[in-house]
Amino acid sequence: MFKILKYSFYDLIRSRWSYVYFLFYLLLGFVLLFLNNDVSKAIITLMNVIIILVPLISTIFGIMYFYNSKEFTELLLAQPVKRSSIFLGQYLGVAGSLTLSLVLGLGIPFVLYGLFKSDAIFDFSLLLVTGAFLTLIFTVLAFNIALSNENKIKGFGYAVLLWLFMAVIYDGLFLMSLIIFKQYPLDSFSLGATIFNPIDLSRTLILLKLDISALLGYTGAVFKKFFGTDQGLFVSIFMLIFWTVLPIWRLVFVSRKKDF
Amino acid sequence: MIHIENLQKKFGKNIVLSDLDLIIEKPGVFAILGPNGSGKTTLIKSVLGMVVPDKGNISVMGKPIKKNFKYRKKIDYLPQIANFPGNLKVYELIRMIKDLRQSPSDEERLIQLFKLEPFLDKKLSTLSGGTKQKVNIVMAFMFNSPLLILDEPTTGLDPASLIHLKNLIREQKEMNKTVLITSHIMQFVAEVSDIIVYLLEGNIYFKGSIEELKTKTGQTDLEHAIAAIAIEPAHV
Ligand SMILES: Nc1ncnc2c1ncn2[C@@H]1O[C@H](COP(=O)(O)OP(=O)(O)OP(=O)(O)O)[C@@H](O)[C@H]1O
Ligand SMILES: [Mg+2]
Repeated sequence: MFKILKYSFYDLIRSRWSYVYFLFYLLLGFVLLFLNNDVSKAIITLMNVIIILVPLISTIFGIMYFYNSKEFTELLLAQPVKRSSIFLGQYLGVAGSLTLSLVLGLGIPFVLYGLFKSDAIFDFSLLLVTGAFLTLIFTVLAFNIALSNENKIKGFGYAVLLWLFMAVIYDGLFLMSLIIFKQYPLDSFSLGATIFNPIDLSRTLILLKLDISALLGYTGAVFKKFFGTDQGLFVSIFMLIFWTVLPIWRLVFVSRKKDF
Repeated sequence: MIHIENLQKKFGKNIVLSDLDLIIEKPGVFAILGPNGSGKTTLIKSVLGMVVPDKGNISVMGKPIKKNFKYRKKIDYLPQIANFPGNLKVYELIRMIKDLRQSPSDEERLIQLFKLEPFLDKKLSTLSGGTKQKVNIVMAFMFNSPLLILDEPTTGLDPASLIHLKNLIREQKEMNKTVLITSHIMQFVAEVSDIIVYLLEGNIYFKGSIEELKTKTGQTDLEHAIAAIAIEPAHV
């Protein structure tokens, strides 16, 4: 599997898009630090970008890589290599190179600015960890969609829809149900709804760690009580791992039965 | 070598192989023939584990291939369509496959034979169809595996390369290997193969030597014999 990972990783590192992605974060990091002149404020702005952009880029990269490496996959299938290694290797190659772009692209400006001397280091690490998780999650979701759809256009469409749903529509539905059912107690509902969407989960996790009262009112208090504790952090990380592992398992399972 | 028992494969409602049994025990060149869409490639890919059968058992070298992948180290495969990652250069592709297989290889000789030196640092997406097929052949013959599977190896080759290909196949035969070939070019089949396996309607319709086939159909050349076998199913 590591050989496949290596080849996929090099293949991507050589590609123009990895650089574009890396340079984008590098630029974003520097610009935000100069504009805000404050590490903590820059982190909040960054969060808003990462939460939306990382899933989008991961989804698109994942789906394009899977379809474009069809020949590579077919070549490997005739070699003495396990099927699961082929797909896991390619997946980790894509997710790994995307994560590297993210971590290096943002890490360099922040470290240069003096991150290690500021007390925002934990918040910043949390941001990078959730960013890495979102990359892992949305890349493997995209791989799953591509594996189940021979038709590229359809697969691409589903992938973009998935992102749209998770990043935009889910929140809309969530807010709407909060308004419609406002006479009922909705604590556990809103808590559950947040936990079941990795994007919302990441956002809430960071916001509450940053100690901003962006979530006002009663619900905010409930969230604070849950996510603010170690147990809340633990459950959140567990859910992110769950969101990563379950699609990986499906990828391996479905790929075993597929004809090439 | 290869034992296939009760093999069945459907694509949706299309039953491609049904209850197919085939035993290939001896070394030699086996030609798998049959009309377009008769399931030759599907049969080959089932042996390679690329197509997952609905039913049946396949063993290669005495071991079932289910949940096994190491047996592919004993098989060299030439796919019907030479689809290679287009962004790789020829030498990068060869190096990668060598790295993955970790077996001794003699690609130098084959590269010289097919005059591929000028193309080694060209990207695969820029090669002509015939040149790609030569790369395909180099990749299939460069390892010394006991079993070779060639799916339409003659596609797009010029006459000189075709002669090299035939010599390579004879060489394998002399080394006591088992070679499976599919082809629609009967002259080529007649020249290189020992045994004909004829696939029709999802099953082995005929298996035997070229001579047996000619006697059975009362024809004097292979092309007519094959044509006759397909037209008159009652003669089995
Ligand atoms: N991945 C697939 N999905 C659906 N149908 C398939 C698939 N692969 C093959 N088939 C169908 O299976 C049948 C047999 O195809 P196969 O490629 O095995 O034929 P073949 O004997 O190799 O033909 P040819 O002489 O043209 O190479 C065809 O009807 C084909 O359409
Ligand atoms: Mg075929």
